Amino acid sequence: MATDFVARGQDLELVGIRKEFPGFTAIENLDLKIPAGEFFALLGPSGCGKTTTLRIVAGLEEATHGKVLIGGKDVSGTKPHERPVNTVFQNYALFPHMSVLENVAFGLRQRKIKEPLAKATEALQMVELEHLGNRKPQQLSGGQQQRVALARALVNRPALLLLDEPLGALDLKLRRQMQVELKAIQMEVGLTFLHVTHDQEEAMDMADTVAVMNHGQIEQMGAPEALYDRPKTAFVARFLGQSNIFVGEVVEENANTISIDCNGQKVSAPKSRSEKHSGKVAIGVRPEKATFHEDKPVLDSNHNLVGPGEIIDIRFTGVSNQYLIDIPGFGDITVFAQNVGKSPVVELGAQVWVSWKVEHAFGLSDLPPKADNDGE
Amino acid sequence: MKFSLGKFLLPTYVALAFVFTMIPIVYTFVFSFNEVNKSNIAWKRFTFDNWLYVCNKQEVCEAFGNSIAIAVIATAISTALGTAIAIALGRYRFKGRSVTNLLLFLPMATPEVVMGAGLAAQFLNVGVAKGFWTIVVAHVMFTLSFVVVTVKARVATLDPKLEEAGRDLYGNASQVFWKITFPLLLPGIAAAAMLSFALSFDDFIITQFNSGPETTFPKFVYTAAVRGIPPEANVVGSGVFIVAIAIVMIVQVRASRKAKRLAK
Repeated sequence: MATDFVARGQDLELVGIRKEFPGFTAIENLDLKIPAGEFFALLGPSGCGKTTTLRIVAGLEEATHGKVLIGGKDVSGTKPHERPVNTVFQNYALFPHMSVLENVAFGLRQRKIKEPLAKATEALQMVELEHLGNRKPQQLSGGQQQRVALARALVNRPALLLLDEPLGALDLKLRRQMQVELKAIQMEVGLTFLHVTHDQEEAMDMADTVAVMNHGQIEQMGAPEALYDRPKTAFVARFLGQSNIFVGEVVEENANTISIDCNGQKVSAPKSRSEKHSGKVAIGVRPEKATFHEDKPVLDSNHNLVGPGEIIDIRFTGVSNQYLIDIPGFGDITVFAQNVGKSPVVELGAQVWVSWKVEHAFGLSDLPPKADNDGE
Repeated sequence: MKFSLGKFLLPTYVALAFVFTMIPIVYTFVFSFNEVNKSNIAWKRFTFDNWLYVCNKQEVCEAFGNSIAIAVIATAISTALGTAIAIALGRYRFKGRSVTNLLLFLPMATPEVVMGAGLAAQFLNVGVAKGFWTIVVAHVMFTLSFVVVTVKARVATLDPKLEEAGRDLYGNASQVFWKITFPLLLPGIAAAAMLSFALSFDDFIITQFNSGPETTFPKFVYTAAVRGIPPEANVVGSGVFIVAIAIVMIVQVRASRKAKRLAK
């Protein structure tokens, strides 16, 4: 049996994983290494292969090619019950015919651990549900069921805990609260967490490392701040937060920056933040990094400036407004502005110029399916 | 007040239908207390003797015992087999799945006379002497379909994630089946077993073709009806009815109590 149980998490390594289903390939060629004790998020839209990846790690699905290593040990050929891995399922999958306490004790009983009920009670204490041990799962609220599912997995002290959209079924407020709790528990127990989600806020909030997946491949991987600050592909730029992306031919290149021509207006990005330096390049900027001016400002070459344009849409989101500005001959650009003074800062239909620092721009390795500037 | 036809028609209709279905049952029950010397058609005198000495009429008890034994064995086989088939059909995609579905539907669609006669011809061809075990085989054959249909409905409502959770929590295939799948399917399996038992117990047509000299309760009643059914048969019939009603009531009461408890 490959079930060695440890007090601390172990690292996970996926080597050349490929998964084919009849008619389509769910995972192309996946290499991944998650260090022990890390909170790792696999982020992507539905159908990107993230859940399949998780199931391959759990052993519920067999990879067509490739190896799964947990703590350096190859577990590719083993059955789910032989792996030191536990899963928190999307809809919790609590056993409806057992009490909450028996649900939590299930894994312990299977492994013939001594005093399963005492240990299960302890695990329920951790999630503050010890008083509900005798209830049936269907008598609990969604948030409570979620915690029972977590306790049922954690009580086994797995080397690796898999979370399959564990907060997906909860309402927004409860979800945010559970995010904080989940992160706190992970820090406390020191286990390796592999969290699969399509909620970018959730991934960025909790994970040490985020891998963005699309079409069965990891597009980009890194710390949430780094990923947000410098997305490398158009998909990441738009899936993780919002981005304005402009496409054009590189017309100017100097020591530090490249500039593209977008319908006659020049947009620049630092070379160090660009994946490509020649040919047709996509340059992006986050909407909160851009500002608008009611009068044409005088700016140095460290800024990009486009305009004038008209504010055609204002969306109120509470702390800020999202302004959509249409610049004739250039395209559309979104700007977020905080509502520190009056809201909205300018009225619909106002004429503005938009600027942002060149150092905030980023150059992508690929082109988006649709750019924000006209004609691209 | 305006006269409403529907207000009276529906209750009257329901009452009539109820009375109509209850008459033969009440008749059977009442005449199980009749003191009889020749035939049990005219009422003579009230007595408990038929109930107290039901096995005085040996053929009744023997036929009843046979029917119970056959129903128990056939139910055990068809429930075990049918549950396995239902899980396979409900969970897996394999070659011959639709053919199996069709084959299972056939016994339900085929007239019993045809099936009974066909099976009897097969036993004759193969050279198996008809008797207790040929009845069991015949009953397994037609009850199996009902078991599969009933259990399959339950399998369809069973979330595969629950079994996956069991595997994930260190259960091997057989542990997951006995600790998760089986208990969750149990209500369906129990319903299928009861249905199978009831079908087997009161089957007459298929049994008539495949029983040879062996007698069962329905067969006995049919034969006895020519000369007048002995009151002991009424006792057995009433007894079966009471037990069945009792089981249904217990199940219903328990289910509603459980629902109330869950609602709290």
